[in-house]
Amino acid sequence: MVELFFGYLAGAVVVLSLLVVFSRNAVHSVLWMLLMFLHMAGLYLLLNAEFLAATQVIVYAGAILVLFLFVIMLLNITEEMRLEQFTVGWPMGVSVSLGVLIAMLAALSGFRTDLKGPWSIEAVERTTHTKALGKVLYTEYMLPFEIASLVLLVAIVGAVYLAKKRLR
Amino acid sequence: MQYYLLIPFLPLGAFFVNLLLGRRVVRGQAHWPSTLAVLGSLAVSVMVLLDVLEGRTLNEDLYRWILSGDFQVSVGFLIDQLTAVMLIVVTSVSFLVHVYSIGYMHGDPGYYRFYAYLSLFTFSMLMLVMANNFLQLYFGWEAVGLCSYLLIGFWYQKRSASDAGKKAFIVNRFGDFGFGLGVIMVFLTFGTLYYLPVFDNAGDLAARSINILGLEVNLITLIALLLFCGAVGKSAQIPLHVWLPDAMEGPTPVSALIHAATMVTAGVFMVARLNPLFSLSPAAMDVVALVGGVTALFAATIALVQNDIKRVIAYSTISQLGYMFMACGVGAFAAGIFHLYTHAYFKALLFLCAGSVMHAMGGEVDMQRMGGLRRYMPVTYVTMLIASLSISGLPGLAGFFSKDEILFRAYSAGGVGVVVWVLGTVSALLTAFYSFRLVFLTFHGGFRGTEEQRHHLHESPKVMTVPLMLLCAGAIAAGWVGIPPLLGGGGQFSEFLAPVLGHPEAEASHAEEWMTMGLSVLVAAGGVLLALLFYLRNPEIPVRLAERFRPLYSLLWNKYYVDELYDAVVVRPTIFVARNVIVGFTDGALIEGVVNGLPGLVGWLGARVRRIQDGLLQHYGAVMALGLFLIFAIALITLS
Amino acid sequence: MVPLHWYLWLGSVVFAIGMFGFLTKRNVIIMLLSIELMLNGVNISLVALSHYMQDLRGQILVFFIIVVAAAEAAIGLAIVIALFRNKATAHVDEITGMKG
Repeated sequence: MVELFFGYLAGAVVVLSLLVVFSRNAVHSVLWMLLMFLHMAGLYLLLNAEFLAATQVIVYAGAILVLFLFVIMLLNITEEMRLEQFTVGWPMGVSVSLGVLIAMLAALSGFRTDLKGPWSIEAVERTTHTKALGKVLYTEYMLPFEIASLVLLVAIVGAVYLAKKRLR
Repeated sequence: MQYYLLIPFLPLGAFFVNLLLGRRVVRGQAHWPSTLAVLGSLAVSVMVLLDVLEGRTLNEDLYRWILSGDFQVSVGFLIDQLTAVMLIVVTSVSFLVHVYSIGYMHGDPGYYRFYAYLSLFTFSMLMLVMANNFLQLYFGWEAVGLCSYLLIGFWYQKRSASDAGKKAFIVNRFGDFGFGLGVIMVFLTFGTLYYLPVFDNAGDLAARSINILGLEVNLITLIALLLFCGAVGKSAQIPLHVWLPDAMEGPTPVSALIHAATMVTAGVFMVARLNPLFSLSPAAMDVVALVGGVTALFAATIALVQNDIKRVIAYSTISQLGYMFMACGVGAFAAGIFHLYTHAYFKALLFLCAGSVMHAMGGEVDMQRMGGLRRYMPVTYVTMLIASLSISGLPGLAGFFSKDEILFRAYSAGGVGVVVWVLGTVSALLTAFYSFRLVFLTFHGGFRGTEEQRHHLHESPKVMTVPLMLLCAGAIAAGWVGIPPLLGGGGQFSEFLAPVLGHPEAEASHAEEWMTMGLSVLVAAGGVLLALLFYLRNPEIPVRLAERFRPLYSLLWNKYYVDELYDAVVVRPTIFVARNVIVGFTDGALIEGVVNGLPGLVGWLGARVRRIQDGLLQHYGAVMALGLFLIFAIALITLS
Repeated sequence: MVPLHWYLWLGSVVFAIGMFGFLTKRNVIIMLLSIELMLNGVNISLVALSHYMQDLRGQILVFFIIVVAAAEAAIGLAIVIALFRNKATAHVDEITGMKG
């Protein structure tokens, strides 16, 4: 049963990813991306990571993709549709990414998974996922967490500065 | 006795104040830090002298400077009788020159710079005389050379001034090369650079000789002569005297301070300080005495015919320095230092008076255009007259006692001493003659300058005349500490320095002492009277003599053609080699080939490699992806 | 039970598709989307590893990656706007100001 779900979700993710890349219309790309994110969230649920699944939907689908859509409004879609969508150097792109894919697939067998951490599935279920994540995040990763907030602040300031109209 | 540290470091502090704040903050007030600092040094020097008079000397290291294997050098201070005398001489003359310069340099755009250099010079000279090891001596030696260069070329906009600065520096380099070699030889021989162990062990090595290019040379003689090379350069003795007359391009207070009273005496001080080394080598001592005697006569003859007021005094300085070496060479180190000490006052006075005259004449230096100035500047006239009497050796004045001491010691030493005694006595005649020629041409007779100059004639301001009067007191009374027993004095000066410089053995009767003294007074009086006859009574005589002995006159007028000789033998070949070999081949072909070739190669390579930077974002991304691929590939190969 | 390798293969494939998009698309906005794809490929691998190795640190990393992705998207899109305003193009092969 689980395998069936995984098969559906994985297949959908791959197909939707390809659609994102190959769509002529940028708006369609973003919409396919949205669907892909939802399926990805499903996969997170399969892996007992319900908090991350929620974050995936809220942050990625809710915030980032909306941002993308706003920017796409700048483009002239109809004119864009008639133009060549790939660069002249596409064969190079294909070969490089295929090479990396093969290397990655080949290297995957080298992973060792026998070192188990303290958070078994039962332990996570006992404390609930959100609480377990919070415990690790706010104790062991307190400092990186604070730094992440700074990164976001800088991003806000930077984005505002870059995108504002130049006042002369 | 730690307060002695204030002596060198007060002027150093003033130097930094003027250097850092001079241009913006102190400006026209630049004389305050420097003058106060040197006044402080003078006060401390007097305290040190009192300490030394009570028998307290000092030799200690302040700071370890270099430590490398056996080689150890510290910044250290040796304060004994000799140092105490030098401290008084340097700080007192320096202080008066500082005060005098307030008037003389007033309004100069480089005012703060001038005082900064003066302070640096005072610091350097004090470090030189207070050193307790050869390297610190060498440091002070080079530092005063540097200051000399800076101050001679002070008006660097003037071509002749900057040339004179370079000349002084380069000529000194010849001597310093020998001096440096001497210091190295001292280290190689004794394994240390401290004075005292070197002096203690020198006696054991007196007979040792080494082989240089197949020539057996006595080791101590070699070291002494190499060190003496430095003294020849710094104290402007033959054959390295050429820089000092040209150094008159600097401001006159500088001439008084550096090129008369203190820096040039560093050579004499060095020979006296190292007397245990020199005394061991009779050959080196004879060289010192002969160089001194010949220089004394040689410079005096040139001074006879020069018309530039400062150059006459400059040659007089060279001549008087010759006397000091004469004294050192016959073993009468105390007499040499005594003359150094008295000479500092009357020679500084002569220079400052000359400066006062030039100040009144609007920078004129040609004595043929002066005359009759005594009516306009009485203070300068009287002080200059006293200084000239002092240098000529009028009994009772400072110069008389020291010069007489030297001549007597030279005579009584016998051997080479008698030769230099003759040279010195003839020089004494010439000294009196040219000194009074200067006085008569400048201050007596009628005024020979332009109407405009006559209109401007005035006595110098108080800030300049007061130092003149103080120095005048020195020129009169400085010798009274060393009145010989023959004249009822105690000869205290020699006794005071005896612990450092030793007692010269005098093997002459009183009659002979009376004879040398009488003779020197006689020739001095003769010189003065001759000058009186030539330049006041009968001014045609010198003109006629010049006509009659045309070749001799032009030989003297052209300073024996030494400059021309050096120009032909040293300067021109050097420039030729520099231009054709160094610039043409080494620099032009070799170095520029490498220097231009390497960037050319890089540029050529860059022009080709640049194509990778095509500005296409995706190509950069592809390179990153390739890197990722390589990481995976390496992980695969190494981990599996 | 789904084996870990399936997840990792999936992550690799998504990553490679994202890389392909980044390297070949002309439109800068789609290139930014492709970067998000690559990040998602990494994220799914991390979550799977975290699950199978019973360690929450992988998920923490995912958390931070989402933060960085949000920041990156904000900045990237701001740059696109600035670019569009100055060059009137969103095509990456027309932006060659860094050509040496």
